[in-house]
Amino acid sequence: MVLNDEQIERFSRHIILKEVGVKGQIKIIQSKILIIGAGGLGAPIALYLAAAGVGMIGLVDGDTVDLSNLQRQVIHFTPDINKPKVISAKEKIELINPDAKVITYKERIYASNIMDIIRDYDFIIDGTDNFPAKFLINDACVMAGKPFSHGGILRFDGQAMTYVPGSTCYRCVFQSPPPKNAVPSCSQAGVLGAIAGMLGTIQAVEALKFIIGKGTLLTNRLLTFNAFNMEFRTVPLHKNDKCPICGSNSSIVKLEDYEQPSCDLHSKESKV
Amino acid sequence: MKIIVNGKEQYIEKEINITDLLVKNNVDTPDMVSVQLNGEFVRRENFQNTIAKENDEIDFLYFMGGGK
Repeated sequence: MVLNDEQIERFSRHIILKEVGVKGQIKIIQSKILIIGAGGLGAPIALYLAAAGVGMIGLVDGDTVDLSNLQRQVIHFTPDINKPKVISAKEKIELINPDAKVITYKERIYASNIMDIIRDYDFIIDGTDNFPAKFLINDACVMAGKPFSHGGILRFDGQAMTYVPGSTCYRCVFQSPPPKNAVPSCSQAGVLGAIAGMLGTIQAVEALKFIIGKGTLLTNRLLTFNAFNMEFRTVPLHKNDKCPICGSNSSIVKLEDYEQPSCDLHSKESKV
Repeated sequence: MKIIVNGKEQYIEKEINITDLLVKNNVDTPDMVSVQLNGEFVRRENFQNTIAKENDEIDFLYFMGGGK
C-alpha cells in the first residue's frame, strides 16, 4: 500500500512521529478494530480511531440514544435522540474519515454471538457498562486468542488494562462478576462525563499502540485513576495460575451468559 | 509497623488480616474488591486467614463496571 497525497496531509502529524511514520500509518489504515458499546467509552474511542485512520471499525450496541446519554457520550448529538447508537456513531465516523469502513451490530453480545462478532477484528475494545459483558468479552478474547482493552469507570474513577494472549487476563484479577448490587453501576452511582473521555482515549491509545506494534502496553498492569484528586497509578499484575479461564486448570471451557443486573434506575436503557 | 496499601505507607499497631484491613480502609464490602498481597491474588474466602505483615504491599483493585 502507498499513501496518496490526501492521506499524507491528513495523517501528517502521525507520520512525523518516528514511532509511527508511513509504515505505522499504513498499519493503522489496514487495521480492523471492534468497539463493544457505543456509549461513554465507545464515543471517544470511535472518534479518535476514526480520526487516526483506522480502516475498519466495528460497533456493537443494541441501544438507542437517550437524552441522559448526551452528558458524556460525545459522539451522539441532540438530534440523534432515539436513533440507534451504532447508526449515530457510524454517521460521525464517516464524517471524520469517509474512507473508514464501519460495520454496525445493533445487538447485545451474548455467549451465542460474540465469537462470530470478534472473529474478523485485530483488536477488541470493551466499552460496556456491566460485568456480565466485561467477563464475556474477556472469556471470548482469551478463548479466541484476541487482544483486547478492558475499561471501567465509576463516579470520578477509571481503570484500564490490556490483554494480549499469554498476559494477565481480566479474570486473573477479578475471578467472577460481583454479586448483584454489591457494586453500583454508573446509572446508580453517577459518573463525571469527562471521565469517560479520559479513559476512552487511554483505550484508543492502547489499540493504536498494539496496531503499530510500538510502545509499552498496559499488559500485566492495571492503570487506575481518581480524577477527583487527579491521581494515577499502575498496579503490577501477575498471571493467576488459579484463573478459571487462563490458569493451568481452567474450569471454563465454554462461554456462558451471566444474568444481567436488573437493578438500574434507568431500566429502559438496555445493556450491551 | 509499616505496610503499603495502594502504594501509600500505612502504620498499624500489629499484624492484621485482610478482612480487618478492608474495614480499616473503609471498604464497606469485600465483594467490591480484588486483593493482591505482595503481587499474589488472595482468594476472597481467604481474606480472614491471610495476615498482612510488616512491609507487605497490599493493593485493593476495585470492580468498575461502568462504561456507557
